[in-house]
Amino acid sequence: MPSRDTILAAVARNQPDRLPMPEVPAFVSADADLVEKFTNVAVSIGSRVFPVKGMDEVKRILLQEHSIAKRVITAFPELKDLGEVSVAADADPHTLADVDLAILPAQFGVAENSALWVTDAQLPVRVLPFICQHLALVIPQQNIVPLMHQAYAAIGGQAYGFGTFIAGPSKTADIEQSLVLGAHGARTLSVFILEEE
Amino acid sequence: MSQTKDHAALAEVFNADEPRVDWHDETLWFIRQKRDKAAHTIPDWELLRETASQIKQHVLSNLSDYLQQFEANAKANGIIVHWAADAAEHNRIVHGILLQHQIDRMVKSKSMLTEECHLNEYLAEQGIEVIDSDLGERIVQLAKEPPSHIVLPCIHKKKEEIGELFHEHLGTPAGMADPQVLTEAARQHLRETFLTRRAALTGVNFAVAETGEFVICTNEGNADMGAHLADVHIASMGIEKLIPKREHLGVFLRLLARSATGQPITTYSSHFREPRPGHELHLVLVDNGRSVQLGREDFRNSLKCIRCGACMNTCPVYRRSGGHSYHTAVAGPIGSILAPNLDMKKHADLPFASTLCGSCSNVCPVKIDIHEQLYKWRQVIVKEGYADRKKTLGMKAMTQAFASPTAFRLAGKAGRWFMRHVPFVVSNQMNPWYKQREMPIPPKESFGEWYHKNREKHA
Repeated sequence: MPSRDTILAAVARNQPDRLPMPEVPAFVSADADLVEKFTNVAVSIGSRVFPVKGMDEVKRILLQEHSIAKRVITAFPELKDLGEVSVAADADPHTLADVDLAILPAQFGVAENSALWVTDAQLPVRVLPFICQHLALVIPQQNIVPLMHQAYAAIGGQAYGFGTFIAGPSKTADIEQSLVLGAHGARTLSVFILEEE
Repeated sequence: MSQTKDHAALAEVFNADEPRVDWHDETLWFIRQKRDKAAHTIPDWELLRETASQIKQHVLSNLSDYLQQFEANAKANGIIVHWAADAAEHNRIVHGILLQHQIDRMVKSKSMLTEECHLNEYLAEQGIEVIDSDLGERIVQLAKEPPSHIVLPCIHKKKEEIGELFHEHLGTPAGMADPQVLTEAARQHLRETFLTRRAALTGVNFAVAETGEFVICTNEGNADMGAHLADVHIASMGIEKLIPKREHLGVFLRLLARSATGQPITTYSSHFREPRPGHELHLVLVDNGRSVQLGREDFRNSLKCIRCGACMNTCPVYRRSGGHSYHTAVAGPIGSILAPNLDMKKHADLPFASTLCGSCSNVCPVKIDIHEQLYKWRQVIVKEGYADRKKTLGMKAMTQAFASPTAFRLAGKAGRWFMRHVPFVVSNQMNPWYKQREMPIPPKESFGEWYHKNREKHA
């Protein structure tokens, strides 16, 4: 591979004397109530947030909020009455084009920006949280961390094939800076925060 | 200067419509204010910037090792890694992958690198159709224009103009200019595109040496829609996008969206570590002048850039001259220090398209000394003989005038006399200083003359 070698040689020749890798300071959050912070940020970026006591409540709210959803996919066996409980891992992602609502667990949330971490472990098919018209993510209250630094500490060395932070519904402000929710991904994001038992 | 249109000439075209300039200026300043608001909510903002800056400095000083580490880890993850020395090789590699899979239609998410390489034009010549899927990029693509801003590609366009484009190309009703309706039309149109394209090309925001993964940030979800539906995902990245460790993403993702648009984070921050089972994931590492810039001591820090666009939103010259005046893929202050590296002659005007006010350096999340580099480029460009000849002659005349007190006094006297008695000699179209400016009435005497008179009086 000639270009590889040429590039690496040029880079090695031109890079400055080696500087040490800086320590990342221990950033901490001043927010005492992480659920409150998470909720405020989430609402400000267009998410809907529902503190709930259990999956029964999730089900009741979803039936109310998404009564017209035809095709629903959920990763929760408790919600099997709402739609399909499983998608084959080798399913053609194009067959998900008509999914109205996907209900998935998130590993944890980040209070400072309301982002929720989801990987292959939660996703039967990668495209699911993007292609569905509406997305619902469920997260235990104790799994809200303050800042992105704590989020990556929680991720650690996870060997996912794909992982993503999702913060709010898909959006754009490309036309004269007017915010429009529902660009190419989900039009709404409902976040269910499961209270600690 | 050999080129036909420089920044000043192109800015004059933009400046012809004064209300539009005011609107452009205010819109970008509004984004700058959103950035300030977001930054001020983080007590550790300055520490974050400093940390990000040091991480990037460290990467640049060790880039050859990190590139090899990244390549080895990416390969171990099942990613097919390619190396491109320049734009032409990048374009050939992408074309080769498409040929191999007999694909002649591709969907693309935002990648300023492919703008830099003129990939769309190249592939069009090879008979391959590319559809840009970022809404702003799709709009400028329909208008047959390049993006005017790296984060907000159609920030120069009014919604009525977008309505007309969509009426012509997407069949929206004539006169429809409601952003909600237009965005919905684009959603439907591009959904069909995502569902039918077998290849998707994306950019890369960050690549992690330690894990061999890369991260793509979007608000629209277009990169994910393209990549997760296509058989083949091609990601193009400049070699400077590397960071050492996954935990460093915590630093950069906190800075990126806040600096760009004032959001706490983009809607999606997607981490691609392995291809989808049974599918191909290609990654093209592109040099295209970056290794040369790395060797320029005064300018290598420009490679720390994370492409947030904050320097453009704050720049008084960018806001009032528009992105297209910079005639390069990356406009604004950062583009003006990157472009001369690629072609000094063609971009000799850009480092002069600045007031050197330093606002760009103040908002830069990775602390690039942008305005200082603009100043240094000016000196290099003059030394290399690429400066505007009128400017060079003027500077020479001024040097002589300032070097001799007699010449200085004479020149001042002559200037004041001409301006008072025959103002048209200086105040005409030949003198760019008189454009969009009302000049003050010249004084009868210079400060020097006044001082001499008064010192004698009060001695």
